[in-house]
Amino acid sequence: MNTRDKGPKGRAAPIGIKAGITRRRALKGAAGLAAVAAGSTLPGLGRGLGAYAQGSDAPLRLGFQAHRTGIGAAYGRWYERTTQAAVAYINEQGGIAGRPIELVIEDDGTDPKRGAEVVEKFASQHKVDFVFGTLFSHVVIGSAPRAGELKMPYFVVSEGTHVPSGILNRYVFQPGITDVRQQVISMAPWVTENLGKKVAMVFPDYAFGYNHRDHFSAALEGLGGKVTALLPIPPTETSYTKYLPKIPSETEVIYHVMVGPGVLTFVKEMGEFFGSGGPQLFGFIDSLEAVDIASPGLEFLDGSHFWEGLPRYADGYPTDAEKFYRGKVGVDANGASTSDPKDISTYSHMFGCWETLFAIKRAVEESGYKDGKDKAKLIEAVEAVEWYEEGIEHPQGRKKFIGQIHQSFGQQFISKVENERLKVVHRTTIEDGLYEPEADYTKMSL
Amino acid sequence: MSFEAHLFLAVLEGTVSAFVLAVTALGLSLVFGVMRVVNVAHGELFMLGAVVAWWVAQQAGDPLLGFLLALIVAPLLVGGIAIAADWMVLKRIDYDPEATIVATIGLLYIIQQSTLILFGPDARAVEAPVYFRVQFPWFGYSGYKLIVAGLSAGLLLATWFLLARTQLGLYMRATQYDAETAQAFGVPVRRVYAAVFALGGGLAAVAGVLVVPIQQAHYLMGHDPLLLSFIVVIIGGLGSLRGTLVAAFVIGISDGVISIFFSPTLAKILAMLLVALVLVVRPGGLFGAKPA
Repeated sequence: MNTRDKGPKGRAAPIGIKAGITRRRALKGAAGLAAVAAGSTLPGLGRGLGAYAQGSDAPLRLGFQAHRTGIGAAYGRWYERTTQAAVAYINEQGGIAGRPIELVIEDDGTDPKRGAEVVEKFASQHKVDFVFGTLFSHVVIGSAPRAGELKMPYFVVSEGTHVPSGILNRYVFQPGITDVRQQVISMAPWVTENLGKKVAMVFPDYAFGYNHRDHFSAALEGLGGKVTALLPIPPTETSYTKYLPKIPSETEVIYHVMVGPGVLTFVKEMGEFFGSGGPQLFGFIDSLEAVDIASPGLEFLDGSHFWEGLPRYADGYPTDAEKFYRGKVGVDANGASTSDPKDISTYSHMFGCWETLFAIKRAVEESGYKDGKDKAKLIEAVEAVEWYEEGIEHPQGRKKFIGQIHQSFGQQFISKVENERLKVVHRTTIEDGLYEPEADYTKMSL
Repeated sequence: MSFEAHLFLAVLEGTVSAFVLAVTALGLSLVFGVMRVVNVAHGELFMLGAVVAWWVAQQAGDPLLGFLLALIVAPLLVGGIAIAADWMVLKRIDYDPEATIVATIGLLYIIQQSTLILFGPDARAVEAPVYFRVQFPWFGYSGYKLIVAGLSAGLLLATWFLLARTQLGLYMRATQYDAETAQAFGVPVRRVYAAVFALGGGLAAVAGVLVVPIQQAHYLMGHDPLLLSFIVVIIGGLGSLRGTLVAAFVIGISDGVISIFFSPTLAKILAMLLVALVLVVRPGGLFGAKPA
């Protein structure tokens, strides 16, 4: 639907004292049109016209690209719940710039090809204002070029360093979650000081894994450490024991990060293989998102360490904002769903959807975005942000946003597994993870 | 770790996967051998076995009880689905070789997508019925995996007994040899077809039940076993029990050894090359009937 459908009066009116009257007239006209449309069995068209005629009070349409099926389904389920909770809260508080959010959800099957199709569908069929919420890096990389071509602002919640690395385009942002590069830079010193300097890395054999491989290896060597083995694992692998003998005996620390349906198997087989006498383990909680730490076979994880984006257990970061957020998304003090204690959340990642929606809210309100023709203004408004302050909008903590690379920087948590629970033992600062931007999206044309 | 320890682990891993693979591939091989049906949905029957095992384990509460029940319920249920598919689909198209390929592709999607709707997209773990860790001098190993190998061996033996020593087995062999003549001698060929299709599905389902505590139940898990089963069946010769066994061990052990000494991707590449080689040199497979 474009502005022409608004009716001549609605369009011609100057924004001023007469606006109210004109809007009412436009409404009447549109209502008439809608009635005609409904009469001629075109209810969809009629509804669309009616909604549009309300002008700036019309809902802001957000396209949520969800991993409902495929290997990202566990994350997708929680991303969706978090998004629904944030949208409900924002709408309850009066919406964005006085407009309610209307959520349009499409499943991308955690598949890059379908991801690009979904972006296309959002733009041409659903006519959304923005698209957001994509997690898996291969889907982001598959979808982002299409978003750029369609000039569709695309807010991802992916952690991948592909956003700040500059390989995507000016329409892609990651304001709600930190990227892998800053995560590993900020934690590498703690790992070498507390666990060991000779590290074997186990990571998924695609973009997200390569971010870990490249940036952690570099950080480790900068600290005088050494990578003893690099073990890329194909994303569809189901059995892991065969990879483990490749880890040399001099290894002091195994750095592991895995995602997808095989994670539990991977961690279990690692436990069976090494028993209690193996190297120290430092993992990304990605390996155990949506998995209960008390699952059988995971006993050996006791004493090992994990990165957490936001602590799963409520005592890990007890702030009022965190507590409020936890309640709103329906997660209990142990990181499980309040309605089903067996349904474990993806707590270290899903806050990104919540925070991204508030970043969108701020961008719309600061730029005065009304509709599609204001997209350039909106993009410049996001790029102009310097800080997202901690609070209900940003419960994971304060974030520094660097407009050139479209990326937020924030704190990280390191937790230890004790008695089948995660206990926070270290918290990094924003400065620990800062690195020199190597790209500048703001120089690209809009 | 020393060379010997590496080799030992490689052979151990290879043996376990070879046994499971043999059970899965045997189902595919029987169906082709007797019915001349290339069952593309075979991997989905494996997946159904795993999903049923998860469901039964949820109902039973106790992992051991759940596992034992699943070993009975899964093959019966999946066998029932196979019989229904035979009656509703394969029989209607008169077991035409080309039509059955297309029909079983359809079956694959129906089963896969129905599972997605009913079971959901998550990978769900099933607790192993018995959990213990075998500590070797160099590394530890899952005790349950050894049990899986043992149970698979028993199952293979039982299938051999069924084929070689029972009347149903005799009927099956006769049908495989020449369906028309068998019918002339009073073998109920259509019922044998249904029984074979159910048996093939049941074997895949049992393999799924055995594997699910090692892996996890997931609606997309049928893809790999299907591919590997085809590799095994093509190398071993369609319809040959002995060929299936030998090929499963060749693929399983070489996969274990190559994965550990080189890389898992190389193991897959070599298996594919072997398939191509067999197709060129001996199109009927190592133990299959010579092509006419």
